[in-house]
Amino acid sequence: MANETEEQDLKDHREPDHSRRNFLKNSGYAVGGLIVGGVVGSLLRSPNKSTTNNNNGNTTEKAPANEAVNFNQALMHFTQEQFLIMEAATERIFPADDNGPGAKELGVAYFIDHQLAGEWGLNGREYMQGPFFKGETTQGYQGRLKRREIFDIGLQEMQNYSNKKFQKKFKDLTPEQQDTVLKAFETDEVKLTTISASGFFKTIFGSTMEGAYADPLYGGNGNMGGWKLKNFPGNQMSYTKIIEQDKFEKMQPVSLREHLPHS
Amino acid sequence: MATKLPKTDVVIVGVGWGGGIIASELTKGGLSVVGLERGKERKTEDYYMVHDELRYALRYEMFQDLSRETITFRGNEKIKALPMRSYGSFLLGDGLGGSGVHWNGQTFRFLPYDFEIKSKTIERYGKSKIPDGMTIQDWGITYDKLEPYFNKFEKMTGISGDENPLGGKRSEKYPTPPMKTTPGMKMFSDSCKGLNYHPYHMPSANLSEQYTNPDGIARAACQYCGYCERFGCEYGAKADPVVTVIPVAKNTGKFELRTHSNVRRILHKGGKATGVLYIDTTTGEEYEQPADIVVMTSYVFNNTRLLLMSNIGKPYDPKTGTGVIGRNYAYQVLKGAGVGFFEDKEFNIFAGAGSLGMCIDDFNGDNFDHKDLKFIHGANISYSQTGARPIQNNTVPPGTPTWGKDYKAATVKYANRHINVGAQGSCMPFRHHFLDLDPTYKDEFGDPLMRITFDFEDQDRELVKFMGAKCGDILKQMGADKVVSNTELAPYEITTYQSTHNTGGVVMGSSPDTSAVNNYLQMWDTENLFVIGASAFAHNSGYNPTGTMGALSYRAAEGIHKYHKNPGSLV
Ligand SMILES: Cc1cc2nc3c(=O)[nH]c(=O)nc-3n(C[C@H](O)[C@H](O)[C@H](O)COP(=O)(O)OP(=O)(O)OC[C@H]3O[C@@H](n4cnc5c(N)ncnc54)[C@H](O)[C@@H]3O)c2cc1C
Ligand code: SF4
Repeated sequence: MANETEEQDLKDHREPDHSRRNFLKNSGYAVGGLIVGGVVGSLLRSPNKSTTNNNNGNTTEKAPANEAVNFNQALMHFTQEQFLIMEAATERIFPADDNGPGAKELGVAYFIDHQLAGEWGLNGREYMQGPFFKGETTQGYQGRLKRREIFDIGLQEMQNYSNKKFQKKFKDLTPEQQDTVLKAFETDEVKLTTISASGFFKTIFGSTMEGAYADPLYGGNGNMGGWKLKNFPGNQMSYTKIIEQDKFEKMQPVSLREHLPHS
Repeated sequence: MATKLPKTDVVIVGVGWGGGIIASELTKGGLSVVGLERGKERKTEDYYMVHDELRYALRYEMFQDLSRETITFRGNEKIKALPMRSYGSFLLGDGLGGSGVHWNGQTFRFLPYDFEIKSKTIERYGKSKIPDGMTIQDWGITYDKLEPYFNKFEKMTGISGDENPLGGKRSEKYPTPPMKTTPGMKMFSDSCKGLNYHPYHMPSANLSEQYTNPDGIARAACQYCGYCERFGCEYGAKADPVVTVIPVAKNTGKFELRTHSNVRRILHKGGKATGVLYIDTTTGEEYEQPADIVVMTSYVFNNTRLLLMSNIGKPYDPKTGTGVIGRNYAYQVLKGAGVGFFEDKEFNIFAGAGSLGMCIDDFNGDNFDHKDLKFIHGANISYSQTGARPIQNNTVPPGTPTWGKDYKAATVKYANRHINVGAQGSCMPFRHHFLDLDPTYKDEFGDPLMRITFDFEDQDRELVKFMGAKCGDILKQMGADKVVSNTELAPYEITTYQSTHNTGGVVMGSSPDTSAVNNYLQMWDTENLFVIGASAFAHNSGYNPTGTMGALSYRAAEGIHKYHKNPGSLV
């Protein structure tokens, strides 16, 4: 559909007209170009550098004065020890490879930290009233613990298991040893009384995928690097022009930041 | 205690699809209507930030807050029902427009066979075809009688489609032409034709082109944005009550909408409903809203739960098979499906729309011979391209490790190199599948939760086995390099999303012994009370429910007008 006809079509509409036109204005789509990369890119520091700084508290490697700092990369919930376990574990689940960045570079552990600090970490919109009974697997999670508590316990148990088996903290294990620990959780080889080891593994696996692919506004998917891996274009305004097309369409992705005016 | 408000002609409980249609039809006819909706108000401008997979699809932004109210579930009567603590199997609507806001818009008509399922099954195969315990029954109405109301619903929503070659007779064409055809859809269509099946475009409420409906409501064409199911439409392209029927009702000046109003009881006296008791959830204050006619449109679960809590109608008793409220709960049987992997072809499947797809009905209803099959009914088989969003799009061939380097590489490789073909299986009611009040768990007001007792049966397992193989055949013919079909059905579980196609509980029919409402959805024993929704379905067909539910809503609206002029039983 050509742009003029599109505008024309919109004349008669009530709400759609209004919302669509503002939307077009906000996204810069109406002027024909996708405003992409520039703004977002300048806000993010090179991911490697920023994680190094945060992880080691290494302040000697200062960012150049003209480079904006990503203030989002600090902790709302995890202790530093928990964060380092999380960062190492998610990187094993979703490692950097020839295709592109892994969990660490994408900021997945920050994403999980920020999620746990809010409603999701407190199971705010889930039914948490008793009585509590152990149910059938078909009935789903029936525990009384909230996600925050599960992560606190689960990460401690990963540390304990690493210490016991390899006499080292999880973050200091070799990648192969880290995989051994994760496998032991995934298969319930680790026997825990408080939480289900495999249930915990499933949760961190799920949040790793969320952190890799959710809109970068949540602190993961740094630089939309997760989306680029899958050639996912983020949220474009319209696919009317390509929906019937046989050829695969590669596009520069667009994030939600582009949908708000920033002066 | 409760503040008594001035009386109105009609009070509606819940303002989703059913409530919206009733509000618009009754106010257009001159009645004064109060609509009580427990959730918040909604409008198209709310959706500037809607393309957010995490917030809307995985954190369930638009759905009922389960901390306030949920359901409990057990597979059979021997085990203890436990609460659905977080979302899984289905998602419950909340707020203005209900689930009509974040649905896909796949809008089918049930088949003529559905409405006379028992007689037609016996006629063709004999009584013995119906297994012990299966409680199918005729619906007390025929397809032909319901056809004008299907037409009304399709014109209001502007359904885009071409004729289903194996469906019931239509009096008119779909109001708008079918959606665009993607390469995947074309391959599905060609494959089906090669197999001598009858493909057609999935009837869509997403709008193929701009459309103005008979109420004068104009909507824009769908942009194939790929954020449809679980999201609101920022273009107003998707038919949703908030951009169709609700503004029509408001324009009459006869509709008073009250959001944040949670109805707890239907009040009644001497066999007549007198109004409802509700709570303003912003203040905690209780109100009594008296009305001449009460209409329940609070979805399957609360339609059933409110009747049971209010002591209206005879509760269903699975031991004797008598009673009606809670009877014939059914669902959808979806596991018959296949996935095809393509090594050298990438599809633009990040783009899509909720009801963009092709489908066939060659194996739906009684369109095929069941003589040698161990199940009745069937499924609509389809390829739909609804938008493959990255968190949830991780389809990989079996044998791939479940995480780590190889997993990541495979998810990246196949992200745009796979196609799913699925069967939307019908679901027959059984004597031991039902809804009642949970004896233990309560909602935020201390009222009992709805309890579901349900599991899959041999009928469902046989259906999945059959359909999974058919999906695989279609994918092979589509040229997939590797085809994986699922032909197994595990016990029903509440943790993974299947569909929000719950049915039954307040079913319609021609006898008060086996149905709660007549074919105008009027309660047999409380004539000024109408109970509208898929709660009226006596079984679930091999289709999404809303086309049929919408048709029944239009018929009920006509019935309410008739009743208002001339009180008494409508049948
Ligand atoms: C993700 C999703 C996708 C879907 N896709 C399709 C599809 O493609 N095709 C299809 O045919 N169907 C689809 N459906 C189903 C469809 O949305 C429903 O069939 C339809 O919305 C049902 O209409 P209803 O009016 O019965 O209920 P709803 O639309 O759910 O409305 C019920 C309303 O009642 C309110 N309510 C409930 N209890 C109370 C109370 N006690 N007091 C006050 N208010 C109350 C609720 O808040 C809600 O707003 C989908 C559903 C979901 C969730
Ligand atoms: S796919 Fe179409 S109908 Fe669905 S939300 Fe996007 S524009 Fe609206």
